[in-house]
Amino acid sequence: MSDTGPLLEVRDLHVRFRTRDGVVSAVNGMSFTLDAGETIAILGESGSGKSVTAQAIMGILPSKTATIPQGSIRYRGTELVGLRERDYRQLRGAKIAMVFQDALSALNPVTSVGRQVSEMFRVRGDMSRRQAKAAAIEVMSHVGIPDPARRFNDYPHQFSGGMRQRVMIATMIALRPSVLIADEPTTALDVTVQAQIMDLLKELQRETGTGLILITHDLGVVASVADRIAVMYAGRVMEQGNVDEIYQRQANPYTVGLLESIPQIDERVGRLPAIPGLPPNLLAVPPGCPYHLRCAMPIDPCFEDPAPPFTQVAPGHHSMCWRAEEVYAGERVAR
Amino acid sequence: MSADTAVPAPTVEVAGLSLRQLAWRRLRRDRGALIAGTVLILVFLIALFAPLITSMIGINPYDFDATALDPSKGSLPAGPWGSMSWEHPLGVEPLTGRDLLARLLYGARVSLFIAVTSVIITAIVGTVVGIIAGYKGGRWDTVIGRGTDLLLAFPQILMLIALSPVITQRLVAMGLAPDVARVFYLIIVFVFFGWPYLARLVRGQVLSLREREFVEASVAIGAPTRRILFKEILPNLWAPLIVYVTISMPTIIAAEATLAYLGVGIIEPTPSWGKMLADSVRFFTVVPSYLFIPGTALFIVVFAFNVFGDAVRDALDPRAGRG
Repeated sequence: MSDTGPLLEVRDLHVRFRTRDGVVSAVNGMSFTLDAGETIAILGESGSGKSVTAQAIMGILPSKTATIPQGSIRYRGTELVGLRERDYRQLRGAKIAMVFQDALSALNPVTSVGRQVSEMFRVRGDMSRRQAKAAAIEVMSHVGIPDPARRFNDYPHQFSGGMRQRVMIATMIALRPSVLIADEPTTALDVTVQAQIMDLLKELQRETGTGLILITHDLGVVASVADRIAVMYAGRVMEQGNVDEIYQRQANPYTVGLLESIPQIDERVGRLPAIPGLPPNLLAVPPGCPYHLRCAMPIDPCFEDPAPPFTQVAPGHHSMCWRAEEVYAGERVAR
Repeated sequence: MSADTAVPAPTVEVAGLSLRQLAWRRLRRDRGALIAGTVLILVFLIALFAPLITSMIGINPYDFDATALDPSKGSLPAGPWGSMSWEHPLGVEPLTGRDLLARLLYGARVSLFIAVTSVIITAIVGTVVGIIAGYKGGRWDTVIGRGTDLLLAFPQILMLIALSPVITQRLVAMGLAPDVARVFYLIIVFVFFGWPYLARLVRGQVLSLREREFVEASVAIGAPTRRILFKEILPNLWAPLIVYVTISMPTIIAAEATLAYLGVGIIEPTPSWGKMLADSVRFFTVVPSYLFIPGTALFIVVFAFNVFGDAVRDALDPRAGRG
């Protein structure tokens, strides 16, 4: 495998699904790069294409309905789109791993937790059962599961939500993958446990230099752990840039709307501002900017194709908006 | 509730148990399962050692005993209850005078051998085919689905009767004794017509299991398909499989009886429970014990299978409360 370019590079990725009602364009030109040790947060509402992007990277899109008509995903220079299943299997788990949202459903209910963690070592076929067990116990203790040797034979339902997510993480980091995708890893957990799990992920990342792709709709989580953000809407990246920069100075009306809808602890507000309307139906995305129907400050070109260009407003800070410069300069429309 | 009545919680050492240990522990605490399991073990031991037991008692399933019959009654057993005596503890067979206890014990060998062998082979074939159809889907599913439809649409009993001489002759030509050939014939047809039911059941289960996230997670760790099928999905199928086995065991013993009655089952001189039942019906009004003896044996075994199967299924469910 040639070691050229960034760790992971997604360029102009398109994902379509054939459904009974027509073709759904779930991802329409997603691009980002990820370097070792870096955390990129993919942020967006439900149905914005975050999870589909993750599945496309893992190569686990439903093969019967999904296609990637355009775009490329490169892992250390190796093209993953169209990669043979046999070769993909070598990458999954070992190089690119994914932490699922709901550990309870992502763990096999009738297999003991320890077996499932050691599975990762066994799948590679180079460890005996005993070696795999020892390795699994070590990883389990590493992710903070107390007394892992004793809990090895317990079943997923005997664990608390947070512990289950730790088991899931233990499985996924077992082989020290260089890319870890976390698909809403804390959504199913309560707040205090959320923080512990995020801390755990960050700590593991610091130790191993893993590139982390964090998929979430939780703006609070993003601010605390991500280096960069890609804000997705209707299968497109609306704005991408350094996390601090985007929190302070947005260049896209959608991001502005999203951040405005977070309640501030030091402000007295009546009704929380929300973005009116709903994301567009992906069966028929409107021409032009996908956000124009909900945008507070649309202008004529927004309603027509082509979609706005991805404008650079500052080094490493891009926004897909005709008025990106104006928004970045501080222009706002009160709703 | 007053505070001083609070008893400190006993410190129980909660050791992690493997599923097998857990199941074993639960089974040992289930009295019904213990009794049923003991009965089944006993029956299998008796069947296994039937020749030894019969020779110790001094009886034989094949010897005719004219002295136990009454020629004036048309060769029916001379004494009451099928002529039960020390010599023939369960009486004798009408017309021949063969010892019923010996035939019952030898019959257990044949009946249980047929039932267990057919069920095991059926379970393996049906599970493998069902898992493949359910998981692979697409063309695999279509071909297998149509195949099972075709088999299920066959008029089974008619086919069994029609095929019997053909297949039995083939087996005899291959060097088997005629009565042994019949045993194999029965196993072949029970498997042949049995697996589609199980394959369908398994396919349905797999269709829903394969959409579960833990299967996706397993794909995401790079597990090969074989491993996903047999390490992730199969363990979730134990419960329906065990139910299937315990239900079809008695069904097969009963089917064996039906075929014996229709004249295409086990043939003379080999005894089987089914054949005894089939033969006894003609003498029910005059020698009722002849019907009750194999009937009771069948009832006990079937009942024990059901109770034991239920208990095993419960014990194997890790989500059930710890016991």
